[in-house]
Amino acid sequence: MPGGQVSAAPQLAAALALAAAWIVLGVAGLAALQRFVLVARVLFPAGAAVAIALVVVALPAVWGTPQTAVLPIGLPGLPFHFRLDALSALFLMVIGGAAAGVSLFSAGYFRRAEGTPPGLLCFQYHVFLAAMALVVLADDAYAFMVMWETMALASFFLVTANHRSAEIRRAGYLYLLIAHLGAIAILLCFGVLQANTGDYSFANMRLQNLPPFWASIAFVLALVGFGAKAGLVPLHVWLPEAHPAAPSPVSALMSGVMLKTAVYGFLRVAYDLLPAQIWWWGVLVLAIGLVTALFGVVFAAVQSDMKRLLAWSSVENIGLIFAGIGLALLFAAYGMDAVAALALTAALYHVASHAFFKSLLFIATGAVLHATSERSLGRLGGLMRVMPWVGWATLLGVLASAGLPPLGGFVSEWLLLQSFLFTPHLPNSFLNMLVPAVAALIALVAALAGYVMVKFYGVVFLGQHREEKLAGAHDAGPWERTGMLWLMAGCVALGLLPAQGLDVLAPVTTMLVHASLTTLAGGNWLLVPVSIERASYAPLFFLAGVAASFALAFFLVRRLYHGRVRRAPAWDCGHPWQNARMQDTAEGFGQPVRQIFEPLFRMQRELPTAFDARPRYAVEVGDHFWHWLYLPAARAVEATARFVGRLQQGRIAIYLLYSFATVIALLVWVTR
Amino acid sequence: MSALGFAAQLLEILAALALAPLFLGWVNQCRAWLQSRRGPGLLQPYRTLHKLFNKDSVLAERASPLFRAAPYLVFGCMTLACGIVPTLSTELPLSPAADAIALVGLFALARVFVSLAAMDIGTAFGSLGARREMLVGFLAEPALLMVLFTTALISDSTSLTTIVRTLSAREVGIQPSLALAAVALVMVALAENARVPVDNPATHLELTMIHEALVLEYSGRHLALMEWAAALKLFAYACIGIALFVPWGVAGAHAPLALLAALPLLLAKLALGGFLLALLETLSAKMRIFRVPEFLGMAFMLAVIAMLVNLLLGAPGR
Repeated sequence: MPGGQVSAAPQLAAALALAAAWIVLGVAGLAALQRFVLVARVLFPAGAAVAIALVVVALPAVWGTPQTAVLPIGLPGLPFHFRLDALSALFLMVIGGAAAGVSLFSAGYFRRAEGTPPGLLCFQYHVFLAAMALVVLADDAYAFMVMWETMALASFFLVTANHRSAEIRRAGYLYLLIAHLGAIAILLCFGVLQANTGDYSFANMRLQNLPPFWASIAFVLALVGFGAKAGLVPLHVWLPEAHPAAPSPVSALMSGVMLKTAVYGFLRVAYDLLPAQIWWWGVLVLAIGLVTALFGVVFAAVQSDMKRLLAWSSVENIGLIFAGIGLALLFAAYGMDAVAALALTAALYHVASHAFFKSLLFIATGAVLHATSERSLGRLGGLMRVMPWVGWATLLGVLASAGLPPLGGFVSEWLLLQSFLFTPHLPNSFLNMLVPAVAALIALVAALAGYVMVKFYGVVFLGQHREEKLAGAHDAGPWERTGMLWLMAGCVALGLLPAQGLDVLAPVTTMLVHASLTTLAGGNWLLVPVSIERASYAPLFFLAGVAASFALAFFLVRRLYHGRVRRAPAWDCGHPWQNARMQDTAEGFGQPVRQIFEPLFRMQRELPTAFDARPRYAVEVGDHFWHWLYLPAARAVEATARFVGRLQQGRIAIYLLYSFATVIALLVWVTR
Repeated sequence: MSALGFAAQLLEILAALALAPLFLGWVNQCRAWLQSRRGPGLLQPYRTLHKLFNKDSVLAERASPLFRAAPYLVFGCMTLACGIVPTLSTELPLSPAADAIALVGLFALARVFVSLAAMDIGTAFGSLGARREMLVGFLAEPALLMVLFTTALISDSTSLTTIVRTLSAREVGIQPSLALAAVALVMVALAENARVPVDNPATHLELTMIHEALVLEYSGRHLALMEWAAALKLFAYACIGIALFVPWGVAGAHAPLALLAALPLLLAKLALGGFLLALLETLSAKMRIFRVPEFLGMAFMLAVIAMLVNLLLGAPGR
């Protein structure tokens, strides 16, 4: 590497060095394959320190000029290009911020004698982190695809860490399959983008002025490729299988961080590499995003496995992010840059807040899983009293995930709804009627997210223990608590300091849609996207208002009246005996959603009759897309394979006959 | 922000805290009159609150700290909600802190905590109530948001004070979009406040109740705060209706005299609104819980249609 380039690119060099440090930590783990204490207490905390350093390095780069570097690794004549600009820096911060908390948690999470040896797990984990960081730094298609595939493979091995279970192997295979279908689409997309110049660097792709037809093909390929990774409907089926199968910290990274690399790739292609946006792209992405969001949230509401519920909730959040991106594309195509910046800011803000709260929720399920070895909601309950740390941490994550003020999820939802209020100004007389009505769907999804989160929290942490053994569950250890505290701090900071968050996002939106919100923001504590007359939101004052009323009510009630409390058995309308079976189950809580959104589910019910000696009721909720898309596709592949298989008789004479026939046919054809 | 603004803000919060039980008493009294009963009198809610505050609080053995904190938090949320809906003045210092969307978020926050507290004890009725409350919530919340969006599109703003200022500046009359939105808001308010077609506040019949099931395990001061918060919520919804659909008479900026005139006018509007609510409740019958999604789905559709009508016919009054 020429020295001059490094001095001109200090942050990029540092970011690359940190990614390399992750790989070194992974290799160190490989060297200490069975030395559990070294791996857990030294290597994982060191990984967290690298992650924090990555945030520190990336933060100033958001405002800096783009930095580039060429590293002569890889194939001869095909060096890796790297580039650090505002978009990469933002995603590096998201990766580092969430990974720091998850690594701290992992230091206390992984146990001896569990599936993969600790050193190997450490290697896969850190290679996964490094690959994600390098994906967002890559500046040519070659480096991007190598890192993208490394990321996919590392996460595949992490998903199948517990590979002795057939179900997990199946989930891992499905993941690998769809990840590669997506990778093919991305590769084709880059092929279209380089426009027959043979130069696969992103710098060259930016210069190509593709005609609208080819640009649209590249765009759709990018949507398919990155959509497969992000879990957009109908390519979402792997997500609720693979994310729950992985160990919890890995689920946290996959849901909280890896999905965001797909968002990054899509943004990179749609706004940076393609010359201009076309309005129907925005409509397409908006529609797919909304369908994904609604689909994700109603399926989350009917799950009875806590990690699967969170995985579906990730599908919902990715849908909301893509809805914001689609809206921004629509505005950008019509040249409404300021409003496009608003919608894009909403999407990017959600990227950050989802990274923190979903990682927090997933590692909390990990703590629950370790304490109880149960994943099914039907066997949990009442953990708040035996695991107060995890209980309160999860409560914060649940509130953020439900999009409630004053936490991070609400800020992005607020910005997204604000941008919908500008859609009547669209110069397309059909869209300006239709798109505002779509805001109703966003509102419905947000309200349903609250329902899902109340179900998740209420069934796992509140109420009575549904199993006897839960009374002996232990709380999270010090490393796990530290990891949770870090992610909690992220959720709170994103919720309370949105104006500062927008400052960080401003250079990114300036780079992508040539406008930003900061010039219009009002002060440090007030979130004002356009003007104070139009809309404003100040989470700190909001929190202060609620807290002041809370404190005043508490003080006055205690002052004016006595504070006596008696403990007694629960009242429950005077029922003499109550047990844990009388509480609402997860299935019961999901029943209203199952009934209202019945057409979205593929349900198979088994109802008891009046004459059954042992009445049995069973309901299985399935995904339509399996039966509409995947099973027919699988059957078609199998039929083709069987047809081709007829050629293979397994007898040498037959194969010689094939060769002979081919030679004759060729001779006839050539000498003709 | 001027001292007058702070005075108006304080007056509004105190008025809400003081008047909310009275409003509830008025609705109940009107209901009693319409049903040819004498009724307990206007001041009954105050007497109930006083009685409950004086009683010991009996907590279930399994109750977690969340259960004890929830009443204060819900009370705080509802107080803030009453503080940001402009009923007396459009010059409110809290207004920039929370707009219409944040108001919906505030109601959602309170709802989530009420439901979580109900699930905390782990009784059959508590979790049943929580599930129903969240069911009503996820159907009513989008409808409420769409009602607010309709007015936000008219006034090009989601700030509640700007909305009220714009709407009170137009001439008196019926706009189609606002009329549809008003109907939707009434339906949402009935559902969210556990009033008759959706829930019956006067019953403890287990199979039909929502609100009563949620607060079943509460007693003493905690129950008093929950009930007061419920009264504040009803008051806040009444105020939203008044602020959006009959805003005339709200004091503008820098008008101390108008502020004094606004209070009696608000009382008159509330009295009329409370009577209409009681009339509506008396005339309708409680519906099955499975009909509630249809009822609220209709409210949602009405609100969306209101927004579309507004976009089709253009903003009224401009």
